[in-house]
Amino acid sequence: MLVTALLSGLVLGGTYALVAMGLTLQYGIARIMNLAYGEVVIAAAFLAYTLFTAWGISPVAGLLIAAPAGFALGYVIYGVMMRPLVARAWDKASLEIDSILATFGLLFVIQGVLLVVFGANFTSYSYLNVAVNVLGTTLAANRLLAFVLAAVFAGGLYLLLTRTLWGTALRAVSVAPGSAPLVGIDVDRAARMAFALGGALAAAGGVVISMYQTFTATSGVVFTMKALIVVIMGGVGNILGALSAGLILGVVETFVATYLDPGLTLAATYAIFLVVLLWRPSGLFGRIAR
Amino acid sequence: MNRDIVFATAGFVAVVAALASVPVFAGPYGVTLMIGLLGYVTLASAWSLFSGPTRYVSLATVAFFGLGAYTVAVFGESLSYPLLLVVAGLIGLGLAVVVGLATLRLAGVYFVIFTFGLAELVRQLVTWYEVNMTGTLGRYIFLPVTPEGIYWQLLALAALTFVIAWAIGRSRIGLALKVIGDDEVVASHCGIDIARVKLALFAVSSVIITLVGAIQAPRWTYVEPSIAFNPTISFLTLIMALLGGANRLYGPMLGAVPLFLLFEWLSANFPNHYSIILGLLFIAIVFVLPRGVLAFVEEHWTRLRGNDTRAGKGAAE
Repeated sequence: MLVTALLSGLVLGGTYALVAMGLTLQYGIARIMNLAYGEVVIAAAFLAYTLFTAWGISPVAGLLIAAPAGFALGYVIYGVMMRPLVARAWDKASLEIDSILATFGLLFVIQGVLLVVFGANFTSYSYLNVAVNVLGTTLAANRLLAFVLAAVFAGGLYLLLTRTLWGTALRAVSVAPGSAPLVGIDVDRAARMAFALGGALAAAGGVVISMYQTFTATSGVVFTMKALIVVIMGGVGNILGALSAGLILGVVETFVATYLDPGLTLAATYAIFLVVLLWRPSGLFGRIAR
Repeated sequence: MNRDIVFATAGFVAVVAALASVPVFAGPYGVTLMIGLLGYVTLASAWSLFSGPTRYVSLATVAFFGLGAYTVAVFGESLSYPLLLVVAGLIGLGLAVVVGLATLRLAGVYFVIFTFGLAELVRQLVTWYEVNMTGTLGRYIFLPVTPEGIYWQLLALAALTFVIAWAIGRSRIGLALKVIGDDEVVASHCGIDIARVKLALFAVSSVIITLVGAIQAPRWTYVEPSIAFNPTISFLTLIMALLGGANRLYGPMLGAVPLFLLFEWLSANFPNHYSIILGLLFIAIVFVLPRGVLAFVEEHWTRLRGNDTRAGKGAAE
């Protein structure tokens, strides 16, 4: 029982971590608080669903379509909507408020489009729904695959940010956006890249989620919320922090659902959020960026 | 100065009296429309009471609104009506104090994030409670309140909100709020207890929003969490206050009236594309009128007048 809960918690947490890493890039580097983030996740989930049911393309192959599409969407949204806001903002707080308001509007636009196209029904499809034995407990193969994919993405992103010149430039912008131009970094381009990369991760997260969860056109808000909590818990802009915080959140949620009541998982999430806010507002692992 | 106040008061009383007589000549549809309109005017004004000067964007309007409506649904049969409103107000106050104490001492963005999810949290907790404790999800509200009664109560609440907003604008706490909105560091150096001022304002604003929900609840007859905690209500309130300008006394009202009528028309004619249009409109407002219509008009008016006087001078020379 305990091992089962722990393992399925870690698997769930892997997905949360994957989804939250994109948001931590968008907020930490591009400095856009994107409330429409969960909508992008759900849009990608619907894309994977359509690809799988209409053309028989497996979700793993669907990732190759969804992630670039998410990248392109993030790139365009930053260029069209966010850049004018960044240009007119006179300090960090005013950009935060402007971006929150603008992306709040975007949330309703994307949600409305999804409702018109797919309706308000619960959606899911069956992919790799077979039992696999891990450490004496059985897990669904699709959940395990979701965890492996999340780990691959997280590892890849971490190496990209720490081992390449390009990633170093992105981190420089996140630490000191004012000084980055002094060493020849194009801050605007870095922010746009980070925002687009965040979109790609959101889309990847959506595809992974669609493999083992039911979703509706209106469930994006919950994903945004959980991603935000993970981002703040891990420290804004901190990739490894987001990874560990995501795993913690997944384990706590699964334990609450197993031992208390499945209806109280969101309340548990909030309790964690409140404790973190009151105890360590800069995140459990401190913040690399801001 | 004193004469101005007398005139303003007389005008205000006359407007409220005129509005109070609306049910006498308007039909049932007119009263229904006016209830919705007054509800949003009050919501937008109450929202601006806190979020306007402090710039803490609250996305939790519907959490309080729905809580008020649900309180009426739960206690509707066991308490007398005036007591019902008092209990609803107290529950709203309790939630506001808990949320405020937890988040208002932190940076504004944490408050926004927390309120963003608060409605969903309250909705899930109410659902959980109803399913596990009472075994039913929906509730019926049968209260002997006529539409006219609801209308007059809302009018009274709207008038009260307006008076509170006016009084705060002229009081020490209003001055403190303006300083906080401009620069928190300066405010704390002036000896303003920032957290306490914010908490007090947030509590007042939240109680009014809770009461709007409680007063409107009998209109629905049937209530369930997904109806009472509909996130569109938070969204509409926000967009109305922003359009009019949350920092002005008349701003929220000026935003609420045209937008409410527009939304009524939209939901009747484009029910499926409603939220897309809403979202686009909202983005447009954020981009074109970031500080509201009133500020926009004032700015352009002074610029126009400035040009005029300069032109006049040029002609004189």
